[in-house]
Amino acid sequence: MGLHRGHKARPLEWLAEKFIFLVASSAILIVFLIFLFVVREALPIFLGKMDSSSLQEMVSVEQMEKMKPAELQKLLDLTPKEYTELDKETIKILMEVKIEEIKAAPKDKDADKNTTDWRYMLMPYQWTNYDKPEYIWQPISQVHKYNIMPLLIGSLKTTIVALLFAVPVSLGAAIYVSQLASPRLKEWLKPTIELLAGIPSVVMGFFALIVMASVLKSVFGYESRLNALVAGIALGLAIIPVVFSIAEDALTSVPRAYTQAALALGSSRWQAAWQIVLPAALPGVFAAVVLGFGRAIGETMIVLMASGNASIVSGSIFDSTRTMTATIAAELAEAVFGGHHYRILFMLGTILFVVTFLSNLLGDVIIHKLKHKMEGKH
Amino acid sequence: MDTQTPMLHFNGEAPVGKDFKTQGFNFWSFFFSGLTGLATMLILAMLAIILFNITLNGAPGLSWRFLTSSADQDMFDVNKAGVLPMVVGTSIRVILMTIFVIPVGVITAIYLTEYAHSTSIWTRVIRGAVNNLAGVPSIVFGLFGLGFFIGFLGSHIDDNILQSAEPKWGKPAILWASMTLAVMTLPVVIVATEESLKAIPQGLREASLALGATKLETIIKIVLPQAMPGILTGGILSVSRAAGEVAPILFTGAAYYMASYPKALTDQFMDLGYHVFILSTQSPNIEQTRPILYATVLALLILTFALNIVAILVRAKMRRNMRLLGH
Repeated sequence: MGLHRGHKARPLEWLAEKFIFLVASSAILIVFLIFLFVVREALPIFLGKMDSSSLQEMVSVEQMEKMKPAELQKLLDLTPKEYTELDKETIKILMEVKIEEIKAAPKDKDADKNTTDWRYMLMPYQWTNYDKPEYIWQPISQVHKYNIMPLLIGSLKTTIVALLFAVPVSLGAAIYVSQLASPRLKEWLKPTIELLAGIPSVVMGFFALIVMASVLKSVFGYESRLNALVAGIALGLAIIPVVFSIAEDALTSVPRAYTQAALALGSSRWQAAWQIVLPAALPGVFAAVVLGFGRAIGETMIVLMASGNASIVSGSIFDSTRTMTATIAAELAEAVFGGHHYRILFMLGTILFVVTFLSNLLGDVIIHKLKHKMEGKH
Repeated sequence: MDTQTPMLHFNGEAPVGKDFKTQGFNFWSFFFSGLTGLATMLILAMLAIILFNITLNGAPGLSWRFLTSSADQDMFDVNKAGVLPMVVGTSIRVILMTIFVIPVGVITAIYLTEYAHSTSIWTRVIRGAVNNLAGVPSIVFGLFGLGFFIGFLGSHIDDNILQSAEPKWGKPAILWASMTLAVMTLPVVIVATEESLKAIPQGLREASLALGATKLETIIKIVLPQAMPGILTGGILSVSRAAGEVAPILFTGAAYYMASYPKALTDQFMDLGYHVFILSTQSPNIEQTRPILYATVLALLILTFALNIVAILVRAKMRRNMRLLGH
């Protein structure tokens, strides 16, 4: 395809080519913009510029007259728009309510802490009324507690359950479909298994919540109906098509000569698949697991509906758990635009973006290398 | 690897070459082949259980009245609830999305197959970006939509162009939800279009060029018409994927309840997938509302699944033609 023509000879052609090039490059721009705009909202947290201390000085109604509108608006937890819409009398009433609230609130020794500090977001801390240092995620309370450890652990827990369920099953199916099934059967099996990817995640979440949760509870007999196990298995079902597809591609990409040589030496089909083809395709299988991990940790609706959403630190998969994605989905709508809660949720989004970005990159690089190797040996 | 080999009757110590001398029936081979077959069966069984469960429980509730009525405030009332507003909302956002995603996706695919040198760094970066886009979590797309489309684009239109204090564009809207979904499904369209472009014999292009057509003319008059089934598949797959997505539209446009249909691009909308979420998590009495919940899920599943199957059939036909052309 190498006829080069200058822009003087055919201006329209030249323009079209440039236009096509620009549009194609927009994919890069989009990835860059996603990163930029998710990080932008979270930046004050990363830079330590947010202050969530809720210590409020006592203000009397008389003093209110002297305060600047911006201060007053902040004190009353109103958005600028709401503030301008209210008349003076209403604001006065709101102020009186607020003063009552401050008076009634028990003095909390932690009220002056800036909880968006890394110390409070990552390390356990002994909050007022707690017996020992704990990891607490409690954004809507007198003292906003933003410890992200319960969410990180929740995300990892459901993801690991999902992988433990999905990887053996998809790998088994991939070996069967690519190595053992007859070509005719294969032509049916592959698209049918991939149909599973066509079930929307909200439907999978619904199924986990309504059907699977009850079935699993009666089998295992645990306490909380919704937990990491239910969410993890539903999540596993959602990533099976991904893991299966990539693993199957990797196994199929191994030259047929490998299998034929093994069979000619007298091995059974299973021995050829397990001892010859699988080791050759192992990087691809690993890539499938990595990409499945990225997909599972970023899945939202399934865990939001089926995990129970309790932000507790626990190693048991039978406990209700809360993931990062579910937290963003459940809380962003209530968070004050531009406030610390809002920014911390964007920070969780940034973490998710970076984690999935890296796992995708790793998966792609492995697949690329494997393809090269397999084609080279052909 | 050796310790894991199933050839246990050789104590696992026999040299690999010896293993292959086994002839005839081999119990472990049979056993492990059976296991992989079982894994395949398990996946198929789960798929069948999900589909049957939803179809059997949803079908009785999926009446014509249910599909064509809007129950105003009674969205949890089994006898009055309907899903028309959600079906309309989902359809509009999906149609808007295709308007954004198809041209960009098709042009990108044309660049990658017809113009780009596959070895150049820029091409590899574009491919990397497309691959990466496919793996970004859907909730992050939601955050991006909120931060970029609403918080940045929309607010700028309000502040600098309209100069209105009242937010018109700087709030969740069907336009922003569609654009967020368009960004999300871009890789689907690119990959499907690329596949169909690659399937077109090089000879067709060469013949066209030899007759004096320019490259652009060749692409528009020869290549694109041939690639139509692939573009169609990409479009259908992206619609099917987007129709069921809820996470990206949670903050960019979906509404819990709307009294009227969206009339402008800046209106919010009710959505079928989001409605499934509402019905299954916010219902005052889950046992009582179960029939409408199942019916809504079935409606959503029909929408996404039917499209998916159509795409698979179109694609299968395309691949068969491709094989006939000797690829």
